[in-house]
Amino acid sequence: MRTRFQQGLDELRTKLLAMGGLAEQAVDRACQAYIERDLTRCHMVLENESRINAAEREIDELAFDLLALQQPMAVDLRFILAVTKINSDLERVGDQAVNIAERVMDMVELPPADLPIDIPRMATASSAMVRRALESFIEGKAELAQAVLEMDNVVDRMRDEAFINLTRKMNDTPEVTRQALDALLVARNLERVADHATNIAEDVIFWVRGADVRHNVAVADPGARQPIVDRS
Amino acid sequence: MGVGVHVEHLNAWFGTTQALNNISMEIAANHATAIIGPSGCGKSTYVRCLNRMHETVPGARAEGTVRIGDLSIYNGTSATQVRRRVGMVFQKPNPFPTMSIYDNVAAGLKLNGFRNRRRLDEIVERSLQQSALWDEVKDHLRKKSGASLSGGQQQRLCIARALAVQPEVLLMDEPASALDPISTGKIEELIFQLKENYTIVIVTHNMQQASRVAEFTGFFLLGELIEFDKTEKLFTNPSDKRTEDYITGRFG
Repeated sequence: MRTRFQQGLDELRTKLLAMGGLAEQAVDRACQAYIERDLTRCHMVLENESRINAAEREIDELAFDLLALQQPMAVDLRFILAVTKINSDLERVGDQAVNIAERVMDMVELPPADLPIDIPRMATASSAMVRRALESFIEGKAELAQAVLEMDNVVDRMRDEAFINLTRKMNDTPEVTRQALDALLVARNLERVADHATNIAEDVIFWVRGADVRHNVAVADPGARQPIVDRS
Repeated sequence: MGVGVHVEHLNAWFGTTQALNNISMEIAANHATAIIGPSGCGKSTYVRCLNRMHETVPGARAEGTVRIGDLSIYNGTSATQVRRRVGMVFQKPNPFPTMSIYDNVAAGLKLNGFRNRRRLDEIVERSLQQSALWDEVKDHLRKKSGASLSGGQQQRLCIARALAVQPEVLLMDEPASALDPISTGKIEELIFQLKENYTIVIVTHNMQQASRVAEFTGFFLLGELIEFDKTEKLFTNPSDKRTEDYITGRFG
């Protein structure tokens, strides 16, 4: 047993999960800020971004060291590659949270408007996708990841509906155009969060099954073996 | 040109101890096939069965079918006839120490009664060029002995010696394990070039080396062939858990 290597892989897993927690928290805070028009939460999201960026660099460095020094093979190699990609996606999730917070800071300056968009529902769906994608990573279960992929269409549809409804609103009530645009951008940010969750789920499937399911080019084999997940 | 090697139900013993258990494998012509596995798994025994060297150990025997191209080697064929078609390079370079570089390469041909001087010169040059040693030794072919070369050069000399008799298959048993990284790189580069004309079977402990040089890899464990697949598949997504445990270092 290569103890030091295993310790490195465990450390990588722990760091990625901690980063996942930060990214998830950032999205939740930004959405809560939208709902409550809360500037304090917006500032917290902006301040937290540097922690996410630092975590991204740390994870990349550790993954780079493990690749260079330990020459991982098979499931370990797939795990490290998946971690580096999930790492980028989580950092982008953090960026989307910052974008949402910036939109909220703009909206707070404007009079509240009644807009035909259900941001809380969309936020719940997108956050759930990130959370479940991370759960599939923790458990090393491709079935959980597969379920995340199937949720993406729901969020895409919400974004499309928001586009139609908000465009109509802007035509009918031009004085709330800026608020509607902000809401539309938030909807797009949340849809991107869902896309990143989808990428994370695809990377988990790659790690677990060795199957590339990106862009619907392959169907993951449900009978494939589970990876060796060290739970010690 | 290289030929394919067909192995079917091959069993081998040292006395009463069975070292290989029912191995079947199709080795593709003009490709490199790597054999990996922990010490004592039977990988060296396996390649030594492919040129009838296994039986040179007292008490050792092998049974089963091995065909080099169309030549069935355990079917009344003489060992000498087999070894003319199957060359071998060992872990430790073993040039004939008292012979010149030239004579080392020509040794196999001379042993077979080959006397045409001009033709011998041509073959020695061609073999040394194929083993990427020619430029380093061409000015002192007859002056320097094989033993005066560096370890990496000696190994390439042994490869030239094996190539001189124009085999169809080249067996390499850990050919670079005693060499520094530069010499190892040269041997690996050479394996890549040699594939054009020969079928190569390489035993190695170095999994990175297997993944660099071989298109196909077989994993042996306790005398059994556990998994045989394209190298890329075996090292990124093996089908058998034992293969995965070995290549990821989870054994023991």
